[in-house]
Amino acid sequence: MNQMFYEFKPLNIGRFLIWSFFALLLLAAPLLFTSSLDQTMLSQMGIAIIVCLSYNMLLGQGGMLSFGHAVYSGMGAFLAIHTLNLVSNGALPLPVSLVPLAGGLGSMVVAVVLGWVTTKKSGTPFAMITLGVGELVWAMSLMFPEFFGGEGGISGNRVTGSRPFGITYGPQIQLYYLIAVYTFVCTALMFAFTRTPLGRMLNAVRDNPERVEFIGYDTQKVRYIAFIIAAFFAGISGGLAALNFEIVTSEVVSGYRSGAYLLFTFLGGATFFFGPIIGAVLMVLAFVLLSEFTKAWLLYLGLIFLFMVMFAPGGVASLIMMNLRVAAFGYLRKLWVSYLGLALTGLTVLLGAAVMIELVYHLQLNVALGPEMPFLWTSLHADSVNSWFGALFVMLTGLGLFEVCRRQYVREWGEIQEHIEKEIKRRETL
Amino acid sequence: MSQGVDMSMSAAGPSQGARAHSPREAQGMPAPGGSAVREATSVGATYALELKDVRKSFGKTEIIRGVNLAVRAGERVAIIGPNGAGKSTLFNLISGRFAPSSGEVLLDGHRIDGKKPFEINRRGLSRSFQITNIFPKLSVFENLRCAVLWSMGYKYSFFKFLADLEDANERTEELMDMIRLDKKRDVLATNLTYAEQRALEIGVTIAGGAHVILLDEPTAGMSKSETTRFIKLIREVTQGKTLLTVEHDMGVVFGLADKIAVVVYGEVLAFDTPDAVRANQRVQEAYLGSPVAQSQAGNHT
Repeated sequence: MNQMFYEFKPLNIGRFLIWSFFALLLLAAPLLFTSSLDQTMLSQMGIAIIVCLSYNMLLGQGGMLSFGHAVYSGMGAFLAIHTLNLVSNGALPLPVSLVPLAGGLGSMVVAVVLGWVTTKKSGTPFAMITLGVGELVWAMSLMFPEFFGGEGGISGNRVTGSRPFGITYGPQIQLYYLIAVYTFVCTALMFAFTRTPLGRMLNAVRDNPERVEFIGYDTQKVRYIAFIIAAFFAGISGGLAALNFEIVTSEVVSGYRSGAYLLFTFLGGATFFFGPIIGAVLMVLAFVLLSEFTKAWLLYLGLIFLFMVMFAPGGVASLIMMNLRVAAFGYLRKLWVSYLGLALTGLTVLLGAAVMIELVYHLQLNVALGPEMPFLWTSLHADSVNSWFGALFVMLTGLGLFEVCRRQYVREWGEIQEHIEKEIKRRETL
Repeated sequence: MSQGVDMSMSAAGPSQGARAHSPREAQGMPAPGGSAVREATSVGATYALELKDVRKSFGKTEIIRGVNLAVRAGERVAIIGPNGAGKSTLFNLISGRFAPSSGEVLLDGHRIDGKKPFEINRRGLSRSFQITNIFPKLSVFENLRCAVLWSMGYKYSFFKFLADLEDANERTEELMDMIRLDKKRDVLATNLTYAEQRALEIGVTIAGGAHVILLDEPTAGMSKSETTRFIKLIREVTQGKTLLTVEHDMGVVFGLADKIAVVVYGEVLAFDTPDAVRANQRVQEAYLGSPVAQSQAGNHT
């Protein structure tokens, strides 16, 4: 009789719709975005989604702040490219589509060894050990060129082996669909993991490790097994990356990579399962598009991260969920004027700030090209006082108006939250 | 309330040989030897929980100074004593939070001293905490289900969905009814009232089906009426189990316990039935008769 109240229902329509939509999105994305740059980016997004979700298994679900997750995606990539080369040499009769799996399994073996040391501790010591292990592997990658390929890395050729149904993985689109299948399956598996006894105990270990010990669980073992599973998925992501780029350099195990996973998982939102998916999409957009757009992209990224940590520590996902809650109670209509105001004034601030940042970068990096700097659809003069004062004026005006909008918004938001709380209380008493 | 025959039984430990009438017999329940009660497996083991000359030092300070205690299956033992006497430390030693510096702790005749908390828990000893210690970000239901999982044999499984574990879910629902939190099923533990959190703490403690339960000041911080209700709850949920509880409220102690252990300055001053303890001259001098104790008995901390 209680069965009907259990949270997971086999015929949960909402969940079914969401997963169908996700599958459809993966399927249809290359039809909407058809250029080769789009396809490259979509492929990278799939790869990033898997690795960010696997990272969040540690960070969001297990409370394990790892600074060395790239070790596992990177080792997966290396093991996959070596496997691919074995396939090319005819030494291994393995279809190319299963090469990422080899990366995953290999990465798992690495985690069985390194993770045993890492998960001995939790909290800050855990973070420190991951940092140490990350540095260790990074240093090793330069010491053993036979395996890591030294400066040049290891390259391979994914058009090899058997060709079922004529699929060669030569064209990017074919590889994209392989990545899409892996992305969907891995996402589903990682979501399923959160619904298992171990997945739930991982949450318990995150919240209160001491108590877990007194209900029969070895917290270290919970962390260890979760760590190995996370490494498996990271390895698959690395393997897909190896197929995608057909070259793996030691950069993939670097602390820089690990930092990017941490940053974007956090940006996307570590407290919700789907947060890292958003983070992964943002990561690829930032690395591929933003870096093309401006030389100051890392600065912008840093600023975004800073504001996110300060004002929305739950990431983009939490912002979405908070507004969905408001929408569910029918109050979102009241907010759209405020949101429009915030967006316009925010963009004004950004415009002013961006002009100044770009002018500084122009003066520092492109002096030889003269003081003229193309900016958006116009051109600015870096030596002219007008440009600087104009930018400052735009930014300050924007800032002032933004503050006005923000106060209005905060007031409205607070009122709406009160209404919602009352509404919930009322429903509870029914 | 039982009137145990073994009044002579002192804090010095087990008197080998004839087993005195247990409280269960006095209550007309099956004797410890019966099949209803889990019996010790090793030869010669008589007690559910036994402490032999347990000592614990922190640095040079000896906090627990040679405690002997033997608790029969099904007995309810209250541990009383002034603040800082070492009651909570004793619980920490038994439950594996700390290892004793010397001495033995036996659960069903098997040594458990020095073992990890989860190993001890798996052998059937579970404890609660003085300061509420639950999973704040999980719902009431999830809290209890987490505590149920190991004993149901699900261990570190990640090939089964929680929702499909019918036995574990049923048991969780039962527990929720038992601790009267069925209406708060999906409320996060952090959003419960204090009394509800204390109830959940008890629920998490008993969830794994342990046969020896240690409750560390279960009623601490509760109002008089809450305490009365709560004691009734504790009686219900620990029915037939061996219970050790640290308690300050003397009314509760004399109402709940079959036996009382008086711990003063890291030693067991007396271990006997409530009446015998009340009559004990040394206890009166050291604890009950003193003005301090009276004030403590009045407003439990």
